[in-house]
Parts: sequence; structure tokens; C-alpha cells
Amino acid sequence: MFHQWVKRPYRKLMLVALVAGLFSAGCGQQYVMLDPAGPVGKSELHLMILASIAMAIVIAIVFVLFFYALIRFRDKPGNTAPYRPEWDGHKWLEIVWWVLPAVLLTVIAIPMVKTTYALDRIPKAKDPVVIDVTSLTWKWLFQYPGQHVATVNYAVIPAGEPVLFELTANSPMNAFWVPQLGGMEYTMPNRVLPLWLEASKPGTYWGRSAQFSGIGFEKMMFNVKAVSPAAFQAWAQNTHATASPMTMQDYKQLLKFNTVGNATYGGYPQDTFPTVASGFTLTGSGMYTIEHNKNGIKYLPMTMSTNR
Amino acid sequence: MPSFVSYLIHTLFPPSVRLPDILLIDVGLVFGIIGIVVFLTKTGRWGSLWRDWLTTVDHKKIAVMYLIAALLMLFRGGVDALMIRAQLAAPGAHFMPASQYDEVFTTHGTIMIFFMAMPFIFALFNAVVPLMIGARDVAFPRLNAMSYWLFAMGAALFNVSFIIGGSPNAGWTAYPPYTGLAYNPGPGENYYFLALLIAGLGTTMTGINFLVTTIRMRAPGMTLMKMPMFVWSTMVTSALILFAFPPLTVALAMSLFDRLFGSSFFTLAHGGMPMMYVNLFWLFGHPEVYILVIPLFGVFSEVVATYSRKALFGYPLMVVSILAIMFLSYGTWVHHFFTMGAGPGVNAFFGLSTMLIAIPTGVKIFNWIFTMWGGRIQMTTAMLYQLAFIPTFVIGGATGVLLAVVPADYQFHNSYFLIAHFHNVIIGGTVFGLLSALYYWWPKMFGMKLNERQGRWAFWLFFIGFWVTFTPQYFLGLKGMTRRIYTYPAGFGWHQLNVISTVGALIMGAAFVVLVYNIVWSLRFGERDLTGDPWDGRTLEWALPSPVPEYNFARIPVVHERDAWWAMKQRGQSLAGSLRAEDVHDVEMPKNTPIPFLIGVSFFVMGFGMTFKWWPIAIIGFIGVILCLLFSGFDYDDHHHLKADVIRNTEASLGRLQG
Ligand code: HEM
Ligand SMILES: [Cu+2]
Repeated sequence: MFHQWVKRPYRKLMLVALVAGLFSAGCGQQYVMLDPAGPVGKSELHLMILASIAMAIVIAIVFVLFFYALIRFRDKPGNTAPYRPEWDGHKWLEIVWWVLPAVLLTVIAIPMVKTTYALDRIPKAKDPVVIDVTSLTWKWLFQYPGQHVATVNYAVIPAGEPVLFELTANSPMNAFWVPQLGGMEYTMPNRVLPLWLEASKPGTYWGRSAQFSGIGFEKMMFNVKAVSPAAFQAWAQNTHATASPMTMQDYKQLLKFNTVGNATYGGYPQDTFPTVASGFTLTGSGMYTIEHNKNGIKYLPMTMSTNR
Repeated sequence: MPSFVSYLIHTLFPPSVRLPDILLIDVGLVFGIIGIVVFLTKTGRWGSLWRDWLTTVDHKKIAVMYLIAALLMLFRGGVDALMIRAQLAAPGAHFMPASQYDEVFTTHGTIMIFFMAMPFIFALFNAVVPLMIGARDVAFPRLNAMSYWLFAMGAALFNVSFIIGGSPNAGWTAYPPYTGLAYNPGPGENYYFLALLIAGLGTTMTGINFLVTTIRMRAPGMTLMKMPMFVWSTMVTSALILFAFPPLTVALAMSLFDRLFGSSFFTLAHGGMPMMYVNLFWLFGHPEVYILVIPLFGVFSEVVATYSRKALFGYPLMVVSILAIMFLSYGTWVHHFFTMGAGPGVNAFFGLSTMLIAIPTGVKIFNWIFTMWGGRIQMTTAMLYQLAFIPTFVIGGATGVLLAVVPADYQFHNSYFLIAHFHNVIIGGTVFGLLSALYYWWPKMFGMKLNERQGRWAFWLFFIGFWVTFTPQYFLGLKGMTRRIYTYPAGFGWHQLNVISTVGALIMGAAFVVLVYNIVWSLRFGERDLTGDPWDGRTLEWALPSPVPEYNFARIPVVHERDAWWAMKQRGQSLAGSLRAEDVHDVEMPKNTPIPFLIGVSFFVMGFGMTFKWWPIAIIGFIGVILCLLFSGFDYDDHHHLKADVIRNTEASLGRLQG
């Protein structure tokens, strides 16, 4: 673990900036935000580190000036430092400290904007696996429109390729978060929000809701199992063939206010995920209908006249 | 050590145990009230309570009432905090049931922001702003009292929820649809919305009052650029309040309609738009965080200059930066929900605007450091808080910038990293500032100093406790711990850090105890302030005796310089002994009135009735409000004349009259 850490130059810098107390608590890999397992999490970590370094510079400058002033100009007998009670301004000094933070922030801002746009576009892949995620009180429902399977409180994804999550809620708001794969996105009723994530390697990554939604909220944990694409296909086909499909009755059962264990279904009823929703797609904003078919997913923008 | 804590908590509080805490507190409250009634009756103080406090319109007394309320609420919010930390100290703990935990974190946040920090800030406004600008009161004294009573009754209503019916439980942000009846049938959220609506009304009026006061009531010669920084910060805060509270009021009222009258603005059913609430709330919420800190920027500007014995560095740019913050703070609200799918364009814009606001905020830090530069720094308790504030706030601001980096925030949002950030700025900025102000202006308000030695003890406990509590929370965030969770399983590596954090909270609790001891001790034995100017101050309030007489200034001063009182002293002038008898004239003062108190009570009754949909009670309260307004509107007998002789006598007894 440790030599992996020091390989990349930026990680070295981060070690300097952060690590002192960090590993002393043991188990570096528990710092999930610092240990991403996919490109989304990695690019987010990149920015965290860049911004931390810029901020560390600001903090260092302030601390040096502050402690110097504090020690030098203490009011104690025999202090020979110059006392200038009327000194109340200095044009150039003040210009410096308006410009310096501005420069440092620009250094952060440019990659920030770039990454913000980059993360909004799912990288070109033939047909990404689409997973329709619904937060319920207090459980997670994952539906696979392409594979016609559904799971509760865990998801299986192919490793090494981007996966598109479509998020909605049939519950109070929650936030869908798998820290090692990347940042979160809210699930909201009457809206569908997209989020793409990718696991570089097979593995199991924990996720949880990050937005409070009631007394069962802290139990809204789930695992995302990344397996090889071939294993994923096999899993999906096998599940579709062998597991019994979810009935409307089952779905209603899930709407109850309780917590449940994992479950697997070889299919699910239509109309349990919104096909008309407002929100922002990965290709633009506005109202749209979602069409799932064998070849994947299509967003059909709606014109004003077809709005609800 | 952590496993010991685990063991302790699990043995002491097994899941089956339900603490009888609420019952105990109810009983305690009843006895407390009986005790107070008996005390007032025995000592015959009902009359004085009514005349001197409940009906007063004097800004100095209103300040004291705000201060008492704020300290009480600091206690309640602090107990909530300790309960939260106890619950989180061990994985899988059942210190209290989940439903109660949700209530506790909700009341903690709501009380600390709306019923502790805000009234504490208004206590400062009331205590010093009129004195600093050489005025005899605020622009609208009766409105000022009304603001206080609306705040106090809002706070009372909020706290009643604890005893009757159940507390709100949806977090201080109260996002729908969780606040809707479908998920939240109890009266708790009604309490929340109504209490904040009532208190918010008072806050809005305070904003108007101090905006007008600072614009219209300044002594002759005090131009805008000669105002003390604290007055500037009051003016800017008031303007922020004026435009930030309406969106909150709308959001609260709409949520309340959803609950009481079956509308569907934000519900899950009937196409409600919960997202709209989130927008409205943060349209208020971000300016609010600056409402919470700008007044303390003002405090620090006064404190650092006084105790460095040096003029504030870069005053004009301090004014520019505070104005820049004011305007920019309306344009950053989306950074509280980057993860709600606003699209990259919107997110990038608000990320940039948030970084932009960090510049004027950071610039002020340099100005304070250079105020110390070339001065003579006196390590009083007030100054210690200032010195703690600078490094603490810089770190809090820096983590704020990390949160403003949109993709980074996709990870940080709602994690303990965020929790650590805002406590870092709110405690490091607001609370340190409030305590600094408390020690600085205490002699002016009460006529005696707070004991410095005890003050230093409280300070060090606060400062150390703060860092011990919140440093681990940054790391908990990096480990993926999310906010508002009731408990967590072992195995995430969260346990140790949580134990440390809980220890820190206990240290802060100890600090609070020392602070209270300090106050009580000093009230009895504290060193009297006979000069009126114990710190060799710079602004006009220090020209007055402590405590300040009812009419403030026997003669309104004329201002020529920025630090008016400092400049007068440099010229060898002083107000003491320089007042000539013929310069004293009759003074028109606002007259006490019971209306503000009664209108507050009426609002309380109305709010309580609405909470439970007991319409007759609500209507009685409403009629009370209308009657008070009508009566007040036709009550022209609202001031009295203080005779010049009375003033001369007072001034003479203070040794301030010439000859
Ligand atoms: C340099 C200045 C600051 C920056 C750049 C900054 C940035 C941010 C950002 C981006 C967030 C949203 C994070 C999220 O929800 O994911 C946030 C949250 C917050 N900030 Fe700051 N902030 C700054 C200063 C302050 C100050 C001065 C205060 C108050 C005195 C404050 C109080 C808060 C609070 C209360 C929250 C969280 C509210 C909640 O979700 O409950 N911040 N800040
Ligand atoms: Cu904000």
C-alpha cells in the first residue's frame, strides 16, 4: 500500500501536507476520499490536492506574518520594536494581498472549471451499462433497464468501463455516494439526475446515503461490486433467468418505511421508474423523456408543447 | 481507550434503556418557574421587572435582555452538542433512540444559529452602536423592543416543543419533502416553521432599525468614512438581513402551508418541487452565514486597534471589502447544492463566485495583522480571542475554498469535512468574536470588568477544546463519515477520531462552565470601572461613564476624526469635567410601553395555536396582535422629556460637570 502512495509525485506532496496524524491512526485505505478506485474519484482527488497546496501557501504566509507580529510587537517592558500608532495604510502592501490570493485562486479555478465540465460528460463508450437508482425509505433500489434485473441494497457493475446511474427518489431526498468511485449526487422525487462512475479494478466499494432522510437513514448503506465485464454479463443473464421477477406487490412492499436486507430480482414492473422527468441530462438541460431499449438509452428532449 | 469508551457506553446505555431526561427536565422546569415566582414575590420585584425590563425601550436594557437570552440558548445548544457527541462516541451506541437523536441535532443547529448567535449579535448592536455614533437611542426604539420580544417569543415557542409535543427533527435546513406530513406527522416541524417565522419577523425589523439608525442618527461630523468599523459592519449586516430574510420567510411560510393547509409546494405528491425550497433556503442561507460573521469582523477591527494601541490598518479597503462581501454573498448560494444536478455551467459559475468572495474575506486578515504590526499588543482576554481567531479563521476559510472547488465538493458535501469547515468558521469567527466582544464591552454594559484570570482559563479551554473537537472531524470526512447519522458500525475506522472529538466537546463544556463562573463572580466581586474608559479606547462609547446613563450623551458630541475619542484624548480633551451646565438642555426620550411585550405574547399564543391547529387559540393570538398594532398606531403619547436639571445632577454626581 505505502509504496503505491509515494509513486505519484502529487501524492508525495500530499504526504507532506496531510499525513502526519493520518497514518498514525492506522489503515490508510480507510481514508476513502484519498484512495479512489476509479477515474472520477481520481480527478476529484487531484483537485483536492491542488487546492490544498494553494491554500497551504496562503495559510503559511498568514501564519508567518501573524506570529512574527505577535512576538515582535508584544507590549512588554524593554520592547525596542518601533511603535507607530498612526501607521494606517500602505498602498503597495495592500495591492499585494489583493492580488496574491487572486492569483492562487486562479490557479485552482482553471482546472476546477475544466474538471467540472469533464465530469459532466460520460466518456465515449459503446453502450454504457445504465442503472436506474431509486432511494426509498430507507433502502436503495437498483434497476437495470438493459439487463432486466433489479437489486436491493447492492449493485453489480462491470469494472473498467463507465457506468451511468440515473438517480431518483420515491422518498425524501437522499444522496447517492460511493466515495471510492467518486462524488455524490442527490436523489430527488420527480427528477432524474445522471451520474457516471467507473471502477478501474474489480472490487467491492461501499456506498451510503449522504442526505438525512429520517430515522432509518444511517442504515442506507449498500455495496457496489465491480466485476469483469464478462462476469457482469454472466451475472445479469443468470439472474434474469433464475431469480423471480419483482412484482408490483414487491415494489409496494419496498415503499414501506423500514429497512431491509439485500434482495435480487430477475425483472421488475414497468412504471416503477419515471420515464418523464425534469432535470439535466448528460447532453443538455431541460425536460426530457427517457427511452430504454435493447440498444441502450435515449434521451428525447421535450418541446414546450409536450411539457406536463 | 476507544474500546473502553465503547464498553462504557454500551454498558451504561443498553438499547433497552430510555433515559427519563425529558421528564426530569420538565419537572425541573416546573420547579424552576415556581422558584422564580416565589423569589419575585418575596423580594417584591414584580413591579421592577415590569417597569425596568418588560416594558423598556432603552437600547441598553434591550441589549442586556438579548445577552441573557443568548447565553441561555448557548447553554441549551451546548447540552444538545454534548448529547450528539456522547451518542457518536462509540459505534452502534444507543445513548438515546434515533428519533431523539434527530431532534437533538436539529435543535442544536437551529438554536445555535437563530437563537444564540443572532441575539448575541443584536445584543452587541444594541449595546454599542448608538453610543458609537453619538446617539441617544436607535431610530425606532419601540420597534426595537418589538424586535426583541418577537425574537424572545419565537425562541420560547421553539423551546416549548421540547416539553409539549416533540421537537423538530429535520435538521436546521428542514429540507422537504421530509418535512411534509407524509414523513413527519408530529407537531415538531410546525414549531420550527412558526418559531422561525416569528423570530424572523423580529430580525427583519432589527435590520431595518439599525440600517436607519446608522444612516440617519450619527453625530454631527461623523461622515460615512469616519464611522467606526463596527458601525460599518452593523450597517452592512442590516442590509444583508433586509434582503436575506424575505426568501427565508417565503420558504418557511410555503412549507407551513403544505403542512397546515394541504398545499403542495414542496411535497412529493402533486408535482411539488422540493428543489425550489432548497434554492429559497440558501438564497437566505448564504447571506446568513455572512450575517453571522460580519458583525464580528467589526468587533475584531475595534478590538485589534484598541489593544494594539494603533489605528486600524487600511480602513478604506476594509470598507471596500465588507461591501464587496455584501454584494457577492447574494451570488454564491448554489455552492450549498452543487450535487443537485444544476449542470456544469451553473456549478462552475457558483464555484468561481465563491472563490471570488474568499478574496475580500482573506484580505481583511492581512489588514488585522498589519494593525498589530508596529503596535503594542496587550494580551487581554478580549485580545486573546482575536489572536485565536486569525489562525483559526484562515484555516476555516481555506477549507471553505476546498469546498468551493466543485468536483471536490462532490466528495466533501454532507461529510464531516463540511461539518468541520463550518464550525471552524462559525466558532473561530462568530463565537470567538462574540466572546471577545463580551470581555471588551462588558465594563461599558455593566460597570465592572470581567475577571481576566478566569477569562484566560475559559479562553484556553475553549480554544483547545475547539481544535480537539473539530480537527478529527476533517479526517472523519476524508474517511467518508456523513453528517446526521445516528450511529455507525465498527470497521470504518471512525471510532478513535470520534472519541477524540467527544473529548474536545467536553473540554468546551468545561470552558462554558468557567465562563459562567467568571460572569457570576465578576458581577459580585469584579473590579469596578470608574473611568468609563478602562481599555484606553478609541471610539465614542468610551467617552461615556460606565454604565451609561439613560440619555447616553448629555451633550451630543461633534466628530472630526475617525477614532473620535482617541483623537480627543490626543488633543488633551475629555468629556469628563468639560461639560458646562448651560450646554445641557431638556432631552426627549422614548417612553416605556407594554405594547412590544404584549404583541410578542400574542404572537406566541398564535404560533402555539397554529402548531397544533387549535384554531380558537390561534385566532385569540391573532386578535391580540391586531389590537396591539391598532393601539400602538393611535398611541401618540410615546415620549417624555428628561429635564435638564435631572441630567445636570446625574452628570455632576458622576463628576463630569464643569465647576
Ligand atoms: C472563505 C470563505 C468561505 C468559503 C469559500 C466557504 C465555502 C463554503 C461552501 C462551498 C460550502 C458548501 C459546502 C457543501 O455544502 O458541500 C459552505 C458551507 C457552509 N459554510 Fe462556508 N465558506 C466560507 C466562509 C464561511 C463563513 C464565514 C461562515 C459562517 C460564519 C460559513 C458557514 C458555512 C456553513 C454554516 C455551511 C454549511 C451549511 C450546512 O450545510 O448546514 N462559511 N461554505
Ligand atoms: Cu454558503
